[in-house]
This record gives sequence, structure tokens and C-alpha cells, in this order.
Amino acid sequence: MSEGLTFHFNVDGEDFTSAGQASVMMKKNLRQLGLPPEIIRRVSVAMYEGEINMVIHAGGGVADVNVTENYVEIILTDSGPGIKDIEQAMQEGFSTATDSIRSLGFGAGMGLPNMKRYSDYMHIDSEVGKGTTITMRVNIN
Amino acid sequence: MTVKELAETDIFSPVTLPCGGREISGVYIGDLLSWVMGRASSGQAWITIMSNVNILAVASLADTSCIILAEGVTLEQEIIDTAREKEINILKSEKSIYDIAVFLSKII
Repeated sequence: MSEGLTFHFNVDGEDFTSAGQASVMMKKNLRQLGLPPEIIRRVSVAMYEGEINMVIHAGGGVADVNVTENYVEIILTDSGPGIKDIEQAMQEGFSTATDSIRSLGFGAGMGLPNMKRYSDYMHIDSEVGKGTTITMRVNIN
Repeated sequence: MTVKELAETDIFSPVTLPCGGREISGVYIGDLLSWVMGRASSGQAWITIMSNVNILAVASLADTSCIILAEGVTLEQEIIDTAREKEINILKSEKSIYDIAVFLSKII
């Protein structure tokens, strides 16, 4: 496993009801690889939040996951509107989600904070009008 | 206590019970899905009034032992079918969230 295993997922931005499928699939893959349950949980939650964000804000995107000996790396890339103020977006409770999204139980402003909480490393690269790439790593050891 | 044992008590009825033998480690209550996702622990029974399909992904990823739909909330058949497919236990109750929490605190 020194070079790592890679997984690629397309996140459909049109279908909100199927949001989370990539994360659920990834969870299964990590289980099959025999990773510790707590690592699987952290990767799943961080990836799900990112996936939901891509569906809510960016019309979908792609998720690439790299599993190495030392960490699980999740790279989420979208061509959405970008994040205007990353520092503000990182605050718990800050949200730009619409009322219809909130009525589904999302938009609590916990997405990015949860992603940071559940990963050991997180980097956001975003440009307004171009899109966002978020890289997260969860250490295995 | 297992989810199946809980389903057999007076105030609950099973909606789906594919993994009834799952042990309940505690209880979490919440309707904001990201909040639940971030705070619920593995094995907890999750009480909610949310009934959209996204609760299945949250339950699956947060690894809760079961979803408890409170206050008479019902699910569309399609969601029930998906829950069975994804092996997610769901119970329902007519009781309020508060009454369910009080009941669970006595028996778990």
C-alpha cells in the first residue's frame, strides 16, 4: 500500500436526495480495507459534509480519495461560485444556505467546522467565480 | 439493550429492523443533520423528527444503532426500502421526543 489506493467519485449536484452516496461508498471501501472504525467514521463525516456542500452550493463536483499507509486524503473539487470569505465560512453557525435547504436539516453552518474537526489537516483553495478545492487528511497512525 | 429489544417495548414499533441485534450505547437527539453528524457517537440511538432521505446517510455515516422517529413522524415507502437496503434500523413512536428520552433514560 506504499503508493496508496485511489478512489474517484462524481458528486451529482442535481439530485439532493442522493447526496452522500460517495461518502457511503467510501465508508464501505475503508471497511473492506480494514481501517479502524474511528478513522472510518472521521473520514466519512468529513467527506459527507464536503459532499453536501458541493451539492448545496456548487452544483456538484468530484471527490478523490487517496488511502496511503499513513493517512486518508480526501480532495473535493468543484466549479461552483467559490467562497468569498473563508474565515467567516469556517465559523460555526455561519451559513448561506437557502430556507429550502434548511428545511431538509442542513444549512446549520456546521459543514466546514465539522470537516476541520474531523480531519487532521485541511486546506481550502477557493476563488470566487472559479470554484473551490478542499484537501483534507485523516491520519491513520 | 439491543434495538430489537427496544422495538418490543410498548412505546415503539419497528419500521425497519435489519440489524436488530445491534447494541444501543446511548442516545442522541437532534434534527440539524450536520450537527447530528458531528456530535452523535457510534452506537447511539438517534431521536429525530426529520423524515427526508438524508437521515439515512447521516445514520449510516455517524454509525448510530437506530433512528427513532418521534411524535408520529412517518416515512415515504421509498425511504423505508432504502433503509432496509442500507441495513439501517428505524423505530417509530407516537410519543414526544421528551417522553421518549425520559423512557430511554430509565431502560438503557
